[in-house]
Amino acid sequence: MADGIKDKVAILGMGCTKFGERWDCSGEDLILESFSECIEDAGIDKKDIQAAYFGTHIDEVNVGKGGNPLAETLHMPYLPVTRTENYCATATEAIRAACYAVAAGAYDIVLALGMEKLKDTGYGGLPEGAAFGTEMLLRGSNATAPGLFAQLATAYAAKHNISMEKIKDGIAHVSEKSHANGALNPKAHLRRAVSADKIKAAPMIAYPLGLFDCCGVSDGSAAAIVTTPEIAKSIKKNQGIVTVKALQIAVSSGEEEAFTEWDGAHFATTRRAATKAYEEAGIKDPREEISMMDVHDCFSITEFVTMEDLHISPKGGAYDDVMEGFYDLDGYVPCQIDGGLKCFGHPIGASGLRMIYAMYEQLLERVPEERRVKRLKNGLTHNLGGTPARNVAAVAIVGRE
Amino acid sequence: MAGICSYGGYVPRYRLNRGLIYQAMGWMNPANIANAGGEKSVANFDEDSITMAVAAGMDALRGIDRASVGGVYFASTTMPYKERLNAGIVNAALGLNDQIRAADFSGGIKCATTALLAALEGVETKRVDNILVTAADNRLGKPASPQELIFGDAGASVTVGTDDVIAEFKDAYSVTYDFVDHYRGEFAQFDRQWEDRWIRDLGFMQILPEAVNGLLEKTGLTISDFSKVVYPCHYGAARKGLNKKLGIAPEADQDNLQNQVGETGSPHGLLMLIGALENANPGDKILLVSFGSGCDAMFFEVTDNIKKLSKRYGLSGSLANKADLDNYTKYLVWRDILPGDAGLRSEEDMWTRWSQLWRKRREVLGLWGTKCKKCGTPQYPTQRVCVNPECGAVGEMEPYCFSDKKGKIASFTGDNLAASLNPPAIYGQVIFEEGGKYMFDFTDCDLESLSTGMAVEMSFRRKYRDQKRDIAGYFWKAVPIREEV
Repeated sequence: MADGIKDKVAILGMGCTKFGERWDCSGEDLILESFSECIEDAGIDKKDIQAAYFGTHIDEVNVGKGGNPLAETLHMPYLPVTRTENYCATATEAIRAACYAVAAGAYDIVLALGMEKLKDTGYGGLPEGAAFGTEMLLRGSNATAPGLFAQLATAYAAKHNISMEKIKDGIAHVSEKSHANGALNPKAHLRRAVSADKIKAAPMIAYPLGLFDCCGVSDGSAAAIVTTPEIAKSIKKNQGIVTVKALQIAVSSGEEEAFTEWDGAHFATTRRAATKAYEEAGIKDPREEISMMDVHDCFSITEFVTMEDLHISPKGGAYDDVMEGFYDLDGYVPCQIDGGLKCFGHPIGASGLRMIYAMYEQLLERVPEERRVKRLKNGLTHNLGGTPARNVAAVAIVGRE
Repeated sequence: MAGICSYGGYVPRYRLNRGLIYQAMGWMNPANIANAGGEKSVANFDEDSITMAVAAGMDALRGIDRASVGGVYFASTTMPYKERLNAGIVNAALGLNDQIRAADFSGGIKCATTALLAALEGVETKRVDNILVTAADNRLGKPASPQELIFGDAGASVTVGTDDVIAEFKDAYSVTYDFVDHYRGEFAQFDRQWEDRWIRDLGFMQILPEAVNGLLEKTGLTISDFSKVVYPCHYGAARKGLNKKLGIAPEADQDNLQNQVGETGSPHGLLMLIGALENANPGDKILLVSFGSGCDAMFFEVTDNIKKLSKRYGLSGSLANKADLDNYTKYLVWRDILPGDAGLRSEEDMWTRWSQLWRKRREVLGLWGTKCKKCGTPQYPTQRVCVNPECGAVGEMEPYCFSDKKGKIASFTGDNLAASLNPPAIYGQVIFEEGGKYMFDFTDCDLESLSTGMAVEMSFRRKYRDQKRDIAGYFWKAVPIREEV
């Protein structure tokens, strides 16, 4: 009986570029930037890496398909390099593959690197493209990401009989908190604190989401080198070791899109991935045992409902927790501790690793006082790729060994 | 007995006050003040003659077993495709049989009555039964032209058969002349016309009476035998003159809708006929006359079945369902007269993969999904493995059509990022009353008027415009139901 990978894999080193509109950098530049920090942190040589997984999502702009962009940029010596792609969970998939390779005993030291170069489209938002296949030209809505996620709000309001005004207040606080956190982080894309009033008064992007309810579309890269806990301890004799407690993915079954019982107000995938991740990590009471999070706040309403889907807030209880500051940096379970997608930015293929980087630097107590979280128990990261009706959810939990 | 068995009307929701057009363009042609009264119907940005013909056809087919339809004749002078059977698209959208006779009738705006004649006479041969004749036009007048003010957009349909006839076809008389009052060349965007006085005095005052008198002579009837005479002529003075010349009593002169809709081209005679049928009594004789490169004069007699026809939008329902288009430039952009910038996002290439559309034609054009024979769950898009997690049956699906099903809005948004000619792009999830759900674009509505739980019905629309290849792709959108039928 498989018992998961809890504490079977350690993170030896991590790197993360500054996220943002990196007009002067190519995708290859970003790969090198995160890798350089990562390998220095790991304290090994490039030749020690035995395999690599390269996460990148968008094909319409960016560096192309396959593992070659990573292998050829870093001039990896004919290593097995594989591209992982699973919507916004792309980077989490890269580290999941790397961890499984180590846990299986196939390799000792493996690189996971995610990168996305988004800002070569000429317009705001994500590039147009056949993300759900060419058939969607024929029968898909004229939809963009904000509009697809915005519908969570109208559906949530109908399900929980809560006014759109209250939802607007709740999601405004979600963004206000992320802006406050992002302002403290030098690597974040958006570094300005913004008041809830200003957030609510912003131009409408997709009802009821205004400009500040939408995350930054950014260029960036993040990387991790993973190994066995034994090797990690042998290399890092004088510091604590961060290990992986759980890595779980759940993919839409088509039920949400086409079966009548899904209410459109929650993520069926996130609920299942979270449950499986808590089981893998041996967590019984997530509200108590998870001490910090970075979740998929592509839009403020996504984060809002995700607080329930991760089984932290009770169903229908996100509003109260959010407004009481439960998820603020000084709250009990701070969320988006580095600014989140909202402010740190969202280069799709890098985001999952960026989130783990946020947990990793907290767990190793490397962050300055002003953005340090109080409880360093378990850090949870969460990606949600696709749309509310058709998506992949990823949950990772990392902690000190 | 062959005749009309049912009818269906469609006037697009948006109406443009002619005063707004004159305000913007009157400086260029002040004499247009004569045409600036009332309002005209304007197709939404996602409508064209095919979609309006489908809408009218859906209305006409209410309560009729679609499998019984043996033919579909589409009449229009503004067919979106020069090559590709436009009636084939209409056929697929209406979910009719593949084993069907379909044809496009075009050229002059009398093409709808010619299609109707072909259908009636086809049915009389007993080789084909139940033919849907559907007509729609979306003619453009150049800004500042009289036609810009005079023309409106609409669709009108009738079904023709031998059972449950509501208006029996008795006789017809046709004349054909190469009388070029209006014309468009191969690449013309806008209608061109010759001098009004000539059109009135020679066209309407001589050609139209020739057809009417030909029919009267043939049938031995007099004009006063007809309780309604249905003929298009938007010239007010000429209409008075014709009524006098032909002896049409004021109560027999069917309203030509110039004030509310405009001259709609090929569907106009049928649209007016629907107006007459809505108020007809058994035994009424109706004379329908078209005009355009000649005339078809057709004599119908209303039967007792008229009282049994189920409720439908028809003309009166379509006229009641209206909203002001308060913006002349919006009309210009929708009709591609004024190039509007929908942003870089709108410039991404979208090309139709025809082999893919062929495989998915029923799903895309007809909104066919599947229904599980094991658990009864309707599902869209087409599934082979049942989506119901409690069921999961494989290969147990039967075809299931969603296009005539009503639904409720489960979620919605108005998206300002999506490229649209009518921003914000409104879309959301629809849960069908009889099961099944899908996310659709919404149309003919504004964001402020929407709420979850609101009832919607499906409407066939242009889904995307491929500028590079000058074609449109079609799919279904959700429209809030204003009046229950």
